[in-house]
Amino acid sequence: MKPFAFARPGSVAEAVRQVAAEPGAVFLGGGTNLVDHLKLGVATPELVVDVRRLTSREISDLPDGGLRLGAATTNSEVAADRRVRERYPVLAQALLAGATGQLRNLATTGGNPLQRTRCVYFQDVTTACNKREPGSGCSAVNGYTRYHAVLGVPSAMPDPTAPETCIATHPSDMAVALAALDAVVHVLGPAGERTIPFGELHRLPGDDPSRDTVLGHGELVTAIDLPPLPDGARSAYRKVRDRASYAFALVSVAAVVAGDSTSERTVRIALGGVAHKPWRAARAEELLRGTPLTEHAVGHAMGVELTTAQPQPGIDGGNGFKIPLATRTVVATLRDLTRET
Amino acid sequence: MDAEISLTVDGVARRLTVDTRTTLLDTLRERLGNCSPKKGCDHGQCGACTVLLDGERALSCLALAVAHDGAEITTADGLARGGELHPVQQAFLDRDAFQCGYCTPGQICSAVGVLAEVDRGWPSHASPDLVADPELSHDEVAERMSGNLCRCAAYVNIVPAVQQAGGVQA
Ligand SMILES: Cc1cc2nc3c(=O)[nH]c(=O)nc-3n(C[C@H](O)[C@H](O)[C@H](O)COP(=O)(O)OP(=O)(O)OC[C@H]3O[C@@H](n4cnc5c(N)ncnc54)[C@H](O)[C@@H]3O)c2cc1C
Ligand code: FES
Ligand code: FES
Repeated sequence: MKPFAFARPGSVAEAVRQVAAEPGAVFLGGGTNLVDHLKLGVATPELVVDVRRLTSREISDLPDGGLRLGAATTNSEVAADRRVRERYPVLAQALLAGATGQLRNLATTGGNPLQRTRCVYFQDVTTACNKREPGSGCSAVNGYTRYHAVLGVPSAMPDPTAPETCIATHPSDMAVALAALDAVVHVLGPAGERTIPFGELHRLPGDDPSRDTVLGHGELVTAIDLPPLPDGARSAYRKVRDRASYAFALVSVAAVVAGDSTSERTVRIALGGVAHKPWRAARAEELLRGTPLTEHAVGHAMGVELTTAQPQPGIDGGNGFKIPLATRTVVATLRDLTRET
Repeated sequence: MDAEISLTVDGVARRLTVDTRTTLLDTLRERLGNCSPKKGCDHGQCGACTVLLDGERALSCLALAVAHDGAEITTADGLARGGELHPVQQAFLDRDAFQCGYCTPGQICSAVGVLAEVDRGWPSHASPDLVADPELSHDEVAERMSGNLCRCAAYVNIVPAVQQAGGVQA
């Protein structure tokens, strides 16, 4: 591991100043992703600035009925919070479906959505990867693609040598739930505070796969707000994976269903495991507004949503299975949420 | 680069200088001579390095020692009190919950954490009702202990050992 300096400044403002001033500086939360990357050589910072004891460790009620999660709250604490379990089951379920107890006790609200892809090539410094080493190419194309993207990729066979190619997925379960909840991210940066709608935090690879999010260097996540859901709204998270526990998602679905009558019904659907960012199925949501959520209607809406999907071939058989799997997982999640109890 | 830190390990206050790159696991094993937490994978995947960090189970291989300056750590080595084994340790013996024993200190620390989490009413992915108080069913224990791999596959005896320590007849 490359040597680095370590700092634990006295305030969040000082932490932002220190990171902003050093191009090779990074923030440290629970460390469950960053420390792994230090060992793998994926992250090679000059300076590590510990913010775990600086940002808030509180979960507080907001005047509008929502909740504010301080960036230092652990994934365990958020999942166990009564208010989260009662009002935002989708978030508690997503957190509990991710990692393990020993990891969730360390992992933070600030760090979880900013964890990096689990693409095996990204994590292996001996292979080409545009995300880790811009311009080096993408080893995942036609490689092991089981955990890779089908949405937001340019073609069925992207050019593995092009500098913009990246078919990685975002691995966080929590982020998929936060996307469906229309959460709001509070950020403190060198230029002051700003808020970012959660759906705009992560980006598609575009022309720069090295950037996972819209955050600039030195921008610190200080809290994430959960807006109140409409009265009577129901929400759930469903994760499909290779093992019953302790595995990343192949496909996951976070859904919120609101509205008393069918005509007033609104549906929010976010997909995990299928794209470079949590994928809000906006077209499907629009088609399902005010309609009975029959298997046929949901299947049709997802068919429209997935028309741009690009199954990736791979030496492991590829990931075309994700397209029907995404539809079936949405159907099952909405069926559970609308089943009369 | 070096940093001076203090840790309380199994009740004993320690002060030492560590390289900023040192994990808690390496600090415990190589600097403080406490070899009960094991290095299985060193990447957060196996649970062999599990300790109780400020009371909560955590992976010591993904924790930088400098980031936990001042922490209170309990390892499997420090669980026994006055010559009496911790109930989880006793249950692992009673239930024959290990073979080679390599994963066992991590399993035991994890199980101590699991029982405290269940006592506090924390739900898990296996909880049938997210808001009800959880019970120590087979599925609950298996899910909660899923971060502790056992290469000898002693799982069939680990689950009843955790249930026994939690006061469940199994
Ligand atoms: C074996 C294993 C299995 C896992 N399985 C799952 C799974 O199934 N599902 C899942 O979702 N996750 C899983 N994880 C990932 C885990 O959830 C993340 O590592 C964790 O949530 C990251 O949070 P952290 O606080 O430890 O972040 P850190 O490792 O501290 O940081 C992660 C990144 O965020 C940055 N950062 C941290 N805090 C802030 C902040 N406040 N502001 C700005 N930047 C910040 C850091 O610089 C770093 O780049 C797994 C991890 C492991 C090791
Ligand atoms: S050594 Fe820490 S999880 Fe394997
Ligand atoms: S007893 Fe041998 S690894 Fe678990």
